[in-house]
Amino acid sequence: MDDDSTKFNLLPYSNAQLTILVVLRVAIGWHIFYEGLTKLLNPNWSSVGYLLDSKGIFADFFYFLASDPGILKVVDFLNVWGLLIIGLCLIIGLFEKFASIGGILLLGLYYFSHPPFIGLDFEAPGEGSYLLVNKNLIEVLAIGINLYFPNSRLIGIDRLLYKMRNKK
Amino acid sequence: MDNQDKSNTTEDNSSGITRRDIIKGLATLPVVGGAIYGAYKKKKYERMLKTGIFSEIGVDAETKMESGSELNTDQQIRLGIIGFGIRGEQLARAAGFATEEWMATQQERAKNGNNIALNTFTEQSDLNIVFNGVCDIFTVEAEAAQKAVSNNGSQAKIYENWEDLVRADDIDAVIIATPDHWHAPMAIEAAKAGKHVYVEKPLTHKIQETYDLYDIVKTSGIVLQLGHQFRQTESYGKASELIRKNVLGPITMVQTNTNRNSANGAWQYPIHEKASPETIDWEKFIGNAPDVPFNKDHFFRWRKYWAYGTGLSGDLLTHDYDAINQILNLGIPKYVSASGGIYFFKDGREVPDVFNVIFEYPEKDMTFQYSASLANEFNRPNIIMGHDATMEVGNTITVYPDRRSSRYADKIKDGTIDLDLPLFSYTSGSEGLDAITSATERYFASKGLLYTFINGRRVDVTHLHIADWLNGIRTNKQPKCNIDYGFEEAIVAHMGTLSLKLGRRIEWDHKENFFANVSWDEIYEILKG
Repeated sequence: MDDDSTKFNLLPYSNAQLTILVVLRVAIGWHIFYEGLTKLLNPNWSSVGYLLDSKGIFADFFYFLASDPGILKVVDFLNVWGLLIIGLCLIIGLFEKFASIGGILLLGLYYFSHPPFIGLDFEAPGEGSYLLVNKNLIEVLAIGINLYFPNSRLIGIDRLLYKMRNKK
Repeated sequence: MDNQDKSNTTEDNSSGITRRDIIKGLATLPVVGGAIYGAYKKKKYERMLKTGIFSEIGVDAETKMESGSELNTDQQIRLGIIGFGIRGEQLARAAGFATEEWMATQQERAKNGNNIALNTFTEQSDLNIVFNGVCDIFTVEAEAAQKAVSNNGSQAKIYENWEDLVRADDIDAVIIATPDHWHAPMAIEAAKAGKHVYVEKPLTHKIQETYDLYDIVKTSGIVLQLGHQFRQTESYGKASELIRKNVLGPITMVQTNTNRNSANGAWQYPIHEKASPETIDWEKFIGNAPDVPFNKDHFFRWRKYWAYGTGLSGDLLTHDYDAINQILNLGIPKYVSASGGIYFFKDGREVPDVFNVIFEYPEKDMTFQYSASLANEFNRPNIIMGHDATMEVGNTITVYPDRRSSRYADKIKDGTIDLDLPLFSYTSGSEGLDAITSATERYFASKGLLYTFINGRRVDVTHLHIADWLNGIRTNKQPKCNIDYGFEEAIVAHMGTLSLKLGRRIEWDHKENFFANVSWDEIYEILKG
């Protein structure tokens, strides 16, 4: 049992529990951060193809985002920097709650633009078989775990912020 | 978590941040460095692959396609339009004038989400033109044309006789969008009157007309643009550039196709409810065609009949021929063999719905094939086949390395070129070429875009084609599909039809600029001129 848990107002995690939570958080952060980095480093990258491939009830919304070069620029910018900032925060354990909520929202958008529902076929090749549940949804849920089992106050920059805030 | 934040803490505050806090607080920070270093290494590896490919083929990856030069629109041009059927309406729209009905339909569609066609139209640049005359022998269409093109206070005059329109003093240039058998007679008269001409494809319906129109355009000095709007498709220019750089190696074969499978695609157009001998000037429709009684099927579905149309050879082959002629500068072939039949649409039509033609270019060591079916829509792409690679050409260009290429043999052996992936692809509107290094990239690259993009704006190619013509008039320059290309296009179309009808291989004599094995007698017999 890590005695830090009580000190930092968190559930009393065992060392094993804390380890798996932090590894999960860092792994999700790596995944999201690297995705953002790849897009940032590719000058020709644009979300237009992905958006136009949207299907399902929200498809019109995603087509709208792709319809105008001005809007598309903003969408691309927000997407890249959203990924980078959320990913970075999860890795280093900074503003964990906001990063988790942001991650859930962003991945939720990906999920709803390409929902694995019956009767919807996508141009983008999938590497597995999915029905209702796909890897985007699993990652959303995994971030949910991170949201409700916070751990950056134990391992992460939030620990230092928390300490500083509660110093006086 | 919020509750926990608010509750009193029991930790030891007095000591502040300890060494242990710093170690635990920064424990995962090095992971960021790891991610960035990993991304850098991966990017470097990909760049190494890409530069390897690009340096091998001698193409600069950063080269940007020159975007359309600024067009001069200072001087207003006064137009007349003859023919306001399906294509005439599209041309007027591309010139900036849509019918109220079209606008209403598009705005209705726009309510259910974004409407690309409407946005493209409203964002089209102003070409500074005015329509002073319209002519259509179906009164409903003549009135629709007048309404569509008279929106800036001025009212276009309806001409009952096209001859009067092309000779009118307040008209500088005419757009001809009539059935094929009227293209040349009208274009010739317009040129004689000194009017510039935009004429729909094919250039001519008869062989004699091809020579007559060529001569009058050359002597009168008018600017003629033939309606092959794909001349404006950005990707074809890129394809041409890549081929000049010998990316494909020696090219021995080109395959092009038409794949359609609908009544509309097979020219079985709807018949207007108001069509009658009272609303249609039948005599004017017939013109130089054999005299037959009033017939709505002939009038609205003229493409099905030899007397007015040119069959698959003139109607659809010409698009592909002109596209490839633009890329490879083929000119007129030495030999042409064609065959086909009416195999699906047995509705009384005369022109085949399945058609194959082979063009031989012995002096260029290559064959050009065209094959069309109006009863199957399987996507057969147009491909240019070289010894070292194959190019798929459409709005997107994709180049596939050849397993047995001599030129790329070393790069294939050392793994720089992956045979499972295209060498690279180019999508109209993108900044430059992309060497393909992953399956996902390949996938997105294969998705073509519907419009050409210029400086990030979606543009209809027909609009560009008309703008190119007007620019030619204003600056006295030849447009992209000028009379020389038009002559080649028309001869090629006629050779296809002659071969189909005569059942033998047609030979072209480049020195004589005429057929080597077909006489005028035969031509009059088969094509009536």
